[in-house]
Amino acid sequence: MHKGGIFVKLELQKALVKGIVWGNKTELLKDSTLQINKNELLEFVSDVENFSAIDADLARPGEKVRIVPVKDVIQPRYKIEGKGQVFPGMISDVETVGEGKTFVLEGAAVVTCGKIINFQEGIIDMSGEGANYTPFSKTMNMVLVVERKEGLENHAYEEACRMAGFKAALYLAKKAYESGAKADSIETYEMPSLSERLSEHPQLPRVAYLYMLQTQGLLHDSYVYGIDVKNIIPTLISPTEIMDGAVVSGNCVSACDKNSTYTHQNNPVINKLYEHHGKDLNFVGVIITNENVTLADKRRSSSYAVKLATMIGVDGLIISEEGFGNPDADLIMNCTKAEKVGIKTVLITDEYAGRDGASQSLADAAPEADAVVTAGNANEIVVLPKMDKIIGFTEYVDIIAGGFDGSLRPDGTIEVELQAITGSTSELGFTNIGAKSW
Amino acid sequence: MTYRVVHYINQFFAGIGGEEKADIAPESRPGVVGPGMALKASFGSQAEIVGTVICGDGYFAENMESATDEVLKLIAEFKPDAFVAGPAFNAGRYGTACGAVCEAVSRQLNIPVVTGMYPENPGVDMYRKSVYIVETEGSARGLKDAAPAMAKLLLKALSPEGLGSPQDDGYLSRGVRINCFFEKTGATRAVEMLIKKLKGEKFETEYPMPSFDRVPPAAALTDLEEATIAVITSGGVVPKGNPDRIESSSASKFGTYSILNVQSANKENYQTAHGGYDPTCVNEDPNRALPVDVLREMEREGVFKKLYEYFSTTVGNGTSTANAKKFGIAIGEQLKKDHVDAVILTST
Repeated sequence: MHKGGIFVKLELQKALVKGIVWGNKTELLKDSTLQINKNELLEFVSDVENFSAIDADLARPGEKVRIVPVKDVIQPRYKIEGKGQVFPGMISDVETVGEGKTFVLEGAAVVTCGKIINFQEGIIDMSGEGANYTPFSKTMNMVLVVERKEGLENHAYEEACRMAGFKAALYLAKKAYESGAKADSIETYEMPSLSERLSEHPQLPRVAYLYMLQTQGLLHDSYVYGIDVKNIIPTLISPTEIMDGAVVSGNCVSACDKNSTYTHQNNPVINKLYEHHGKDLNFVGVIITNENVTLADKRRSSSYAVKLATMIGVDGLIISEEGFGNPDADLIMNCTKAEKVGIKTVLITDEYAGRDGASQSLADAAPEADAVVTAGNANEIVVLPKMDKIIGFTEYVDIIAGGFDGSLRPDGTIEVELQAITGSTSELGFTNIGAKSW
Repeated sequence: MTYRVVHYINQFFAGIGGEEKADIAPESRPGVVGPGMALKASFGSQAEIVGTVICGDGYFAENMESATDEVLKLIAEFKPDAFVAGPAFNAGRYGTACGAVCEAVSRQLNIPVVTGMYPENPGVDMYRKSVYIVETEGSARGLKDAAPAMAKLLLKALSPEGLGSPQDDGYLSRGVRINCFFEKTGATRAVEMLIKKLKGEKFETEYPMPSFDRVPPAAALTDLEEATIAVITSGGVVPKGNPDRIESSSASKFGTYSILNVQSANKENYQTAHGGYDPTCVNEDPNRALPVDVLREMEREGVFKKLYEYFSTTVGNGTSTANAKKFGIAIGEQLKKDHVDAVILTST
């Protein structure tokens, strides 16, 4: 019985993708290989107004392939039941998503690659040392390489590139589903009305997730239902809406700790909180907030986010940061304000402790932040081997954040900070990386 | 092969004498002296202590730069493959000397170095970033555990694989951040940490925040004319002869002395124990660090009611924040008990 009114339930129908090839028809073959009709795909994502050229390539785990400069990574998903469609307010209508059924190509990813800001895009290596750090060396990747028309401004180029990625992700999942692909597994996520949720498991602590989104502006942007997140005040959102792509990345910022759209869709904090729901805690919801640059914005958003948490009556908060430096101040404000009203917090961040690891790791600190999970030191140096094939434009490695003069050595190896590797120090805690004091 | 190791100890552990012999200059002896016996037993056949260098703690503290050079020269004469100092346990000046010598040997002779100290020894804070330090007990009773641990760490540092993490190899963390892969994802670690925190169970943060005490200033006095004022200094001004032997650096204590009827902290009766600045001017007129003369004048004029009859003093030279905090709390408690309204703190 659900007396609280709306009852949100989202079923993720996951079809495994174990291979990726070009072919006549876009479909998921019996052996779990995703076959893609390249021409049809390129036609679907074409944008003659903005792009002078668009091409697609494939990259598989273990191959001696480097993708650079990477802008975003997106998981192919397609809503087969329920209101709205994936990436609402972006490539779909603004209707609220998060309930019904969504088809997922698990193990596949769309990677967008373009020369937008150059220095703030990332590297994905499909093998070698770099592959150990990026989660996207384990996915079957369809890479879109887009070049802008002459005179197209950066922000318009970024937007066009972003949309092309979403369209490709929708296209792949839709076509695979329509050609008869069946789910290998079904996951169900529920989020009843707040009043009902709060009365569940009265003996367990109520936990919410304070989800910080990068919104420093000037192409450091995130979107929710198509709205620029820097223009919102913190708000409550169902975790199932996140799974349907209500929050997407529009970021051109250091590749290591920007949350790609893929990691938003598969937010591991949300998944873990669901896993523990009803056992150790009562997962009551997600609050999204921003990381704006002015002090007034930081104070407003941190106070309001914590106020929302107190209105809901939560006992504990997981707070994840996106980016570093300036947003460290937002992270610490969120933490101290929550702790001061008696809400226990755990923070997820990464570190910038210098190449030698000896510097202070964060730009702000507070004694209240006594429970921190680290996603590693982004300044640590890695040497990436020479690859047989480059997808994209390797001449930009020198000026990618985390690269430095001489990064691209004459023998084809690359010496860079971890910062340059896409998703390497994910502050959503997407991977197993961390750091210890030696 | 058997590695050649040189060992550094102070005058006390060399059996020369206590505080009265703390001013002895560096000397070297072939082979093992004092606690070197315990190290020798732990090295077995893998390493041999070929020589021992000895220096008085007071001599070292007062002549740190030249003493380091002298000691380094004596060490180098033995052509060592590795170097070990102490353990210093909780002896502040000894710990500082062990740290300083280890750092110099590591930088200039470029060989592995190890020392041992109690975690609150001021030498730990001063040298942990550059020197590998084994955690020991606070007193020499801890030698039986410290010697094998130090020997093991030094042999590991000499081995081709080198040293691992502090947890794996048993040394005090140097605070250098190194990446690693955990068994669980960051998200899993975060949710599990929150569950522990909510249950009130013990949890361990992965990044201990560097946090400093930010003490908000007290409200201004409303009635200065009725106030009792105390004076405290970290400039090391002490009664002549330094009766409590407050160390010239890395102070392990503070002193509290009566100034009842004292009109001036003159040079006949006061001096500084501080080893971190040129003491010439303060020794010429100790009032300039401990302004008893001016405070008495103001007391007479009725600017405030009374100068508190004791002053407290310590040496703020390489003194660890942990010690400084301890001193501050103890001094503050006494002042509160005696109804002191305000304190003038002088530093150098």
